[in-house]
Amino acid sequence: MSVPSTTPRPVAANSVWPRLEPLLPQVTKPIQYVGGELGAVVKDWAAATVRWALMYPDAYEVGLPNQGVQILYEVLNELPDVLAERTYAVWPDLEKLMRAHGVPQFTVDAHRPVRDFDLFGVSFATELGYTNLLTAIDLAGIPLLAADRTDADPVIVAGGHAAFNPEPIADFIDAAVLGDGEEAVLEITTIVREWKAEGRPGGRDELLLRLARTESVYVPRFYDVDYLPDGRIQRVVPNRADVPFRVHKRTTMDLDAWPYPRKPLVPLAETVHERYAVEIFRGCTRGCRFCQAGMITRPVRERSITTVGQMVQQGLEFSGFHEVGLLSLSSADHSEIGDMCSGLAEQYQGTNVSLSLPSTRVDAFNIELAQELSRNGRRTGLTFAPEGGSERIRRVINKMVSKDDLIRTVVTAYTNGWRQVKLYFMCGLPTETDADVLEIADMAHEVIKAGRAATGSKDIRCTVSIGGFVPKPHTPFQWAAMERPEVIDGRLKLLKQAINADRSLGRAIGFRYHDGEPSLIEGLLSRGDRRVGAVIRRVWENGGRFDGWSEHFSYQRWVDAAAETLPAFGVDLDWYTTRERDELEVLPWDHLDSGLDKDWLWQDWQDALSEYEQDDCRWTPCFDCGVCPAMDTEIQIGPTGRKLLPLTPVNGLKLPTGAQQ
Amino acid sequence: MAFSQGFTPHPKISYASAAPTGVASEAEYLEIGLREPVDPAQLQVALDNALSPGLDVLDAVVAAGGSLADRIGASRWRMELPEVAPAVLAQAVAAFTEAEEVLVERMTKQGRRTFDSRGAVVSIDVDEGSATPSVASAVPCAILEMVVRQVTPSVRPDDVLSGLRVVAGLEPPVAPKVIRLAQGTLTAQGVIVDPLDADRDGAAIGGR
Ligand code: B12
Ligand code: SF4
Repeated sequence: MSVPSTTPRPVAANSVWPRLEPLLPQVTKPIQYVGGELGAVVKDWAAATVRWALMYPDAYEVGLPNQGVQILYEVLNELPDVLAERTYAVWPDLEKLMRAHGVPQFTVDAHRPVRDFDLFGVSFATELGYTNLLTAIDLAGIPLLAADRTDADPVIVAGGHAAFNPEPIADFIDAAVLGDGEEAVLEITTIVREWKAEGRPGGRDELLLRLARTESVYVPRFYDVDYLPDGRIQRVVPNRADVPFRVHKRTTMDLDAWPYPRKPLVPLAETVHERYAVEIFRGCTRGCRFCQAGMITRPVRERSITTVGQMVQQGLEFSGFHEVGLLSLSSADHSEIGDMCSGLAEQYQGTNVSLSLPSTRVDAFNIELAQELSRNGRRTGLTFAPEGGSERIRRVINKMVSKDDLIRTVVTAYTNGWRQVKLYFMCGLPTETDADVLEIADMAHEVIKAGRAATGSKDIRCTVSIGGFVPKPHTPFQWAAMERPEVIDGRLKLLKQAINADRSLGRAIGFRYHDGEPSLIEGLLSRGDRRVGAVIRRVWENGGRFDGWSEHFSYQRWVDAAAETLPAFGVDLDWYTTRERDELEVLPWDHLDSGLDKDWLWQDWQDALSEYEQDDCRWTPCFDCGVCPAMDTEIQIGPTGRKLLPLTPVNGLKLPTGAQQ
Repeated sequence: MAFSQGFTPHPKISYASAAPTGVASEAEYLEIGLREPVDPAQLQVALDNALSPGLDVLDAVVAAGGSLADRIGASRWRMELPEVAPAVLAQAVAAFTEAEEVLVERMTKQGRRTFDSRGAVVSIDVDEGSATPSVASAVPCAILEMVVRQVTPSVRPDDVLSGLRVVAGLEPPVAPKVIRLAQGTLTAQGVIVDPLDADRDGAAIGGR
């Protein structure tokens, strides 16, 4: 019995596994560093011509489910001569041990050192991953500053929504891609493959130049930023011939042609989401003025009901997940969402598969859909996002919901058996006063009163969830001043008191909030310029890690670092956050083209201030935001009129068919 | 896989005395409930295929009844102690064996607990020369093999190591490598019997 009967783990030639393994018993949740998940791919290093390391700069439990990385991982690995592996942020306990034992940042797939790859792609859904980027670069043994890197270092490419203003990390990355990644990574791969095949002419510099010439890869080092004496930007101009003045975002058209992920990764450790997620469309033109995602992903491109159906079936069969998420920025808006939900609910009735729709639309239709989806008996909470407390502020942010609509919708939910609804709000919106926020309390009280009256039961609850507003680049609010954290916290306190002013109603209302301080730092990072890089670096040097985690985030560390570094440039934290910009100010991201016409954005900002609402271009004529003509794209929506193909969910065991990778 | 009834159905699966984190194992057992009867041999292949390399499903049998946990009375462990001379280890083991009781401490979910690490140890031997360490190296490496009964609170290999520290001041300079070699029913002769044997019915299902 003492003869080991199991197959030893295959160890790749350049693997750090033998050095990493002894460290793992000493850290928390070692399983997250082990790799080998269902869906993971390990390829022969020598046989690949272009090698990508892809990172989600947060812990495995947050990063693994990320769709963006999963999609790019699969798209790249489908190419025979390309190899893509994943890496995630390591927790401080392992970081310390890795430094002590000289173990570099590694991929979880074959545990290869990140520095060995040609490209290091990092996905930024949020700016709070910037300090983790620095940890990864440093642990990898790559020079922190792009300017110090040599041909032996990978090209570091940032992507994801935050890459629409990568200026704060411009010194640390070599390139950034704005927008959809599917075709962008293939194009970058082609350029790297050719350059390598030619014998790497001109070294790193030439490669970066070739990338920049595509006009859709931003290479910060080829642009100079000049400042005015008062600290504002004078201009951003290319410092090389051949480099475009503006870099354009990427848009993947025809989502049916890109049905990824097909082989979703099944995590080994517990993660934030354990489900098969399908994007049912990209883009959103509802025009909420605070929503960067809605602005930068235009126009709306739907995936057809038939493709969604097929993806769900194949994704579940491959992975064994029991939950399906129909993802998008506003899922109830898909032109065939009704048929899609009822069709899927029917197909999976009587199985353990549950369906979810992360929709926050405030109307009865949403409840109809939720009812379809809960056919299998699982009733998850319902969430609505009025975002603003008063009708006035909702006109400012262009969230067209009346109080009556909201109450009617929530009461419908209660009468249909839901006992708990969540209401999402923001605090610190432009033009907001205490009164706007206090109306949230009235709204919540009326919801409970109406709910009790309609159901005759005291057993109903609602939760008010509220966070600080952060103005984002490429939105009409990009010019707005942020509110100070003290003001935000004060309003949240008033709101809490107002909710609890009525004891009986207050007991039925949960209150969850994010305080103002982290939002201020997010604001610094989202609208920062290259000078903010010094703050990020200082915070990181002082131990800043995992800023998206409240237990790791230190507001004081950011405030101190800003105070130490920014005065040298004649600016400060407030200058970046609580200062309103004027129309003519050159914004740090003006040379990065999201397609939105700056004049249109300014007009929309003025409309916000005068409380004028803007309709959705899917149902009313084009309102000339600029995206479609600038990007040569168009709205792609149904209805296709087709129905879900009848698919029989597979039963029984899934046995291997051919050779496994 | 079968799911429990109720508001939040969960899969019917239970693990019997899983090895502690950071410990290798050649013998883990679990019980799962299925929705319908399947061929155990095919189940073994399907499960093995879905799991990571290194997590190998070796065999599956149809449970004839009774609980798996009841059939797990003891485990055989092997512990490699790099940079510890076998003679030093042998001395410590002798002291440990002589003791009636060796109290050790460990943090558990319920807080710090003190318990006996000696009583549950059925046998403990220094493996002299016969075995080679799993990683060849020039430094000495003492190897320990032991059979430990399943008790509450559980006595794990690291507790026995703590026990050796208590009785003989043994302080391994490097973290030991621990592997579970077998677990199952303990016979009067001190032999561990594969807990699935009772279900195998003589027929070779799963094909070893
Ligand atoms: C699911 C989800 C989550 C999940 C899962 C996160 C995860 N692990 O992926 C959870 C619940 C954990 C989550 C948390 C948060 N989320 Co979230 N989340 C979403 C949601 C609904 C879907 C994201 C998604 O999968 N999109 C689809 C994929 C394919 O798109 P993608 O990742 O952008 O990738 C594409 C491109 O960006 C590009 N790309 C991406 N990476 C790279 C890298 C390279 C190198 C290249 C070349 C290209 C590239 O290629 C991809 C394919 O085209 C979006 C809304 C939405 N529909 O987009 C919000 C959204 C992304 N989240 C948002 C926010 C604010 C957060 C939080 C900060 C909330 C908070 N305050 O805590 C946290 C941050 C968590 C963290 N630490 O990362 C915002 C982002 C706001 C913004 N940029 O203005 C969004 C847009 C929602 C919104 N409207 O406000 N979120
Ligand atoms: S250009 Fe017109 S159609 Fe296209 S997203 Fe903008 S408003 Fe809609």
